[in-house]
Amino acid sequence: MTVTTRPGRGILSVGVVAAILAVAVIASLALGANPLAPPAVIDALAGRGTRETSFVVWDLRVPRTVVGLIAGAALGAAGALMQAFTRNPLADPGLLGVGAGAAFAVALGVSLFGLSDPGEVVWPAFAGALLVTMAVSVIGASGPGGPVRLILAGVALGAVLSGITTAITLTDPEAFDRMRGWNAGSLLGAGLDDLGAIAPFVAAGAVLAFALAPGLNAMALGDDVARSQGVNVGRIRIGVIVAVTLLAGAATAIAGPISFVGLMIPHVVRWIVGPDQRAVLPLSLLAGPVVVLAADILGRVVIAPAEVPVGVVVAFVGAPLLIALARRRTARAL
Amino acid sequence: MVATVVDRAGRVGRPARSVAAGRRRVLAVGVAASVVLVVLVTLGLILGDFPVPLERIPTILAGGGEGIEHTVVVDWRLTRVIAAVGVGALLGIAGALFQTVTRNPLASPDILGLSSGAFSGMLLTLVLVSASWQALVAGSLVGGLVTALVIQMLASRDGLQGFRIVVVGIGVSAMLASLNTWLLLQVELETAMFASAWGAGSLNGVSAGPVTGALVAAVPIVVGAFCLVPRMRQLELGDDLAAATGARPHAVRALALLAGVGLVSAATTVAGPVAFVALAAPQIARRLARTPSLPLGLSALLGAAVLLASDLVAQHALPAPLPVGVVTVSVGGLYLLSVIVLELRRRA
Repeated sequence: MTVTTRPGRGILSVGVVAAILAVAVIASLALGANPLAPPAVIDALAGRGTRETSFVVWDLRVPRTVVGLIAGAALGAAGALMQAFTRNPLADPGLLGVGAGAAFAVALGVSLFGLSDPGEVVWPAFAGALLVTMAVSVIGASGPGGPVRLILAGVALGAVLSGITTAITLTDPEAFDRMRGWNAGSLLGAGLDDLGAIAPFVAAGAVLAFALAPGLNAMALGDDVARSQGVNVGRIRIGVIVAVTLLAGAATAIAGPISFVGLMIPHVVRWIVGPDQRAVLPLSLLAGPVVVLAADILGRVVIAPAEVPVGVVVAFVGAPLLIALARRRTARAL
Repeated sequence: MVATVVDRAGRVGRPARSVAAGRRRVLAVGVAASVVLVVLVTLGLILGDFPVPLERIPTILAGGGEGIEHTVVVDWRLTRVIAAVGVGALLGIAGALFQTVTRNPLASPDILGLSSGAFSGMLLTLVLVSASWQALVAGSLVGGLVTALVIQMLASRDGLQGFRIVVVGIGVSAMLASLNTWLLLQVELETAMFASAWGAGSLNGVSAGPVTGALVAAVPIVVGAFCLVPRMRQLELGDDLAAATGARPHAVRALALLAGVGLVSAATTVAGPVAFVALAAPQIARRLARTPSLPLGLSALLGAAVLLASDLVAQHALPAPLPVGVVTVSVGGLYLLSVIVLELRRRA
């Protein structure tokens, strides 16, 4: 496989996707059970709105839009990292045990400590994700075998935990009820305080991801080739694990397990700009929130005034796109 | 992973001893797994609220013993043990087929949408039709097969390619998984819990009729799968070389997937969608036997052992009885994990 660089196409794509993202943000602030015209949104943002529009914009829609932006960007970038690193088109951040760890921690919190408010589970979920990914890395990343070994370790530990999580919830109806809500994924849980505290982790993860891009390009040709080019494969591997944990752990903590974004975005992005990680990573970072926000908006309007959770809509928005792209003649493996 | 070495003549291959030693190792692992399986089967027959001493088992199996002993050991426990062994073996073989065809260790029946499709079919049956056992089995079977068919149709273009079917499969599966999450949120809490327990896969209340029917129906598929093995080995050389040596890659792949779908369907009619055995059993088998390709027979043995062990834990070792699928995930996961850790120790 050759790494073709198409700088022109990359920059153009980033511009186009950024513009689409801006539209999605405005739509996310304007649309819902109580639709607002864009001027009213701008007035409310500037502090000149009526009390009602300020409440709708600042208290309801800004937090969920910010959650969508952070979670989508984090999941998109984490997915791109995972697929580049494992060279497996099925790889998503969940393979490191992020989702299973977060769900396990949330189930424990709900079942043992009676946590009920969505905001209360943000930090347990983040802690669970971090601890479990650390365990997976210790088991899987050391020794020979490379990414396959890491994936299997993640799958195995994730399975053990998800079995226990299911066992907890099947024997505790109240916990089951809370968990089926959490499992659907939602942008409504986290408050702005939590977001302020989580955002630095995402930023650190994104910076680390960008720093790893050239090394990942070299590793696409195989570990030996990368080594001969002076790339420290072991260091890149650890860097990827840390970055994915920060990004996906933070996203899962604030929005629950939104499963499909990390899997789908990198495929779509690679088909647009090619396999150069220096283009794939930033574009995934921008395209992730587009899909999450679009799914959230659709979930708000499709059965208004009730809402469909974003985690449910995401797959219905994303999967047809992924399938259509996979059926093109030019679609190919990593 | 088998180390590649270059011998003195410059030929690249696995270490020279490996052919004979490898066969011996596969045989040894097979014998060990069979012994473990026999122990598990015996445990399955004697454990339970009604105590039956070990020395009575042969007599009872031979048709002797009092009425109640015969009912407990043969009608209840033996049926359940056979169901666990049969379903586990079918899933192990199916998993080895899927993973070989797609050349992906993560490919399980989920990739073909069978598990999420089966659960969707079961949930829709539960919500719209009835909660009877037969209706749920029929619903999950139809759901799984329709999903597999849709994915095949969407993915086939210039034949079935491993990569395309994988991507289409994850797309369709993700949509169905979302649908399932949504359906679970729409129904009463009790219904949702019942559905989740059943949807995890369970051997509670299996009866001899359906078990025998499903397993007998699966026999020709199993035979067919084993006949495909040499052809599938050829595919491992790559499509071009395989075609040059007389194999027809597309046909072999389609047949292998078809066989896998058939086996998973048969397993589903007995126990519902049992998770993880199809994914874990071939990987455990390969790691124990250290073969480069996935051994079909060993996968069957290990699938049977994992499922039976999980069912014993589910019935006897937990404070509250749980569906076997919940335990399968944990037991299979723990075992896979220990295999990986041991592999690390040995090499370190």
